[in-house]
Amino acid sequence: MIKISNVSKNYGAFDVLKDCSTTVQKGEVVVVCGPSGSGKSTLIKCVNGLEPFQSGEIIVDGTSVGDPKTNLSKLRSRVGMVFQHFELFPHMSITENLAIAQIKVLGRKQDEAMDKGLKLLDRVGLKAHAHKFPGQLSGGQQQRVAIARALAMDPICMLFDEPTSALDPEMINEVLDVMTELAQEGMTMMCVTHEMGFAKRVANRVIFMDHGRIVEDDSKEAFFANPRSERAQQFLAKILHH
Amino acid sequence: MNYQWHWGVFLQPSASGDDTYLGWMLSGLKMTIALSLSAWVLALALGALIGVLRTAPNKWLAGFATAYVELFRNIPLLVQLFIWYFVLPELLPESIGNAYKQSNPMLQQFLASMICLALFTSARVAEQVRAGINSLPKGQKNAGLALGFTLPQTYRFVILPMAFRLVVPPLTSEFLNIFKNSAVCSTIGLLELAAQGRQLVDYTAQPYESFIAVTVAYLLINVTVMFLMRKVEHRVAVPGYLGGK
Repeated sequence: MIKISNVSKNYGAFDVLKDCSTTVQKGEVVVVCGPSGSGKSTLIKCVNGLEPFQSGEIIVDGTSVGDPKTNLSKLRSRVGMVFQHFELFPHMSITENLAIAQIKVLGRKQDEAMDKGLKLLDRVGLKAHAHKFPGQLSGGQQQRVAIARALAMDPICMLFDEPTSALDPEMINEVLDVMTELAQEGMTMMCVTHEMGFAKRVANRVIFMDHGRIVEDDSKEAFFANPRSERAQQFLAKILHH
Repeated sequence: MNYQWHWGVFLQPSASGDDTYLGWMLSGLKMTIALSLSAWVLALALGALIGVLRTAPNKWLAGFATAYVELFRNIPLLVQLFIWYFVLPELLPESIGNAYKQSNPMLQQFLASMICLALFTSARVAEQVRAGINSLPKGQKNAGLALGFTLPQTYRFVILPMAFRLVVPPLTSEFLNIFKNSAVCSTIGLLELAAQGRQLVDYTAQPYESFIAVTVAYLLINVTVMFLMRKVEHRVAVPGYLGGK
């Protein structure tokens, strides 16, 4: 589904990504973790072309992301993305947030888009808030709406960029629950997250990044039981104690 | 101070005979409003376009927009007005230039004034629109693009609706400025409010009444504008955000 081959990216002399390669199979859940500044977010943004990269290749469902001839908008409409800061559109009601891209990008009819949006809103447990605006919801609720908004496009896979990092501790679980459910239904997911509990529960594979390199890329069992690199061992030792 | 106040002067027949002095003031007021409103509509449209271009990823477009803004906001308004009114018609191809110079002088004054005010103000509007766009979290643009919107669609549906809401207060200042700046156009002979005030002084020798009337008229215009813009601000307020409930 997603094939990343030898991707490198730099800002001038600073290398953000160094020769990264990995794949995400259909139906697989891959968690990307690592310390701040290790390039995790940059890598996941390269997958749908929000960040350009200088060399290497990323193929998503047979389409090359880096190819200048690729219709990136079309590709992005098929890849759902959830951001750290939710990024709902504050001037639109929740229903409008859910419907607008379906209408303007996929060409769905207003009623159809509204129906679909409401169905997904119900699924993330927020049907009662349909008429509200993003600013009137809590962070956890906003993030669940953001997930519903991405799902409304019937994506072939979902990218999560630290979806719980900006949330109060109390709200993290309501978002992780939605993501877990999604994973169990067989959605292909690539998640940048520090939630190791989530990784242990649903991930098939864990990728560990450090200084722009993919240091570990292993099954979750192998990663948690016996990380090969020293850096990953330190990282796990630090975060698993809490 | 030995000044003869004479408020009745406004009801006296004017020197031109077919009107009262109050009529002069009202025609000046109408001219000021017509000029400023038409220039404002143009300035808002052009300013929005240039402001968007300043944030465009294409460096040629962004460079063009930057040059535009620097050109029109760094030359004094009065100098720009003289260029539009006195210099530009000379630079037109001869046949068009001559036809223009033979047209109604008032029309020439009005057109030069309108274009001058519109372009001068559009540069300032552009800066505010740009500031509004840049003050939005970068993630908003990414969220629009990630949903499959093209860049123009992202501007249309995601960025601009919020950017414009953010800059309503500074745009209100620009809207007020354009009425005040329009007084400069009296220097090329356009009979707007300030010019009529001065004319009244010349004809009636009642400067206090004349200038008080002019002052009150400008104040009335601007209080109305402020009132309307406050309505706009309330109307577009986003619930849970930016002063909305």
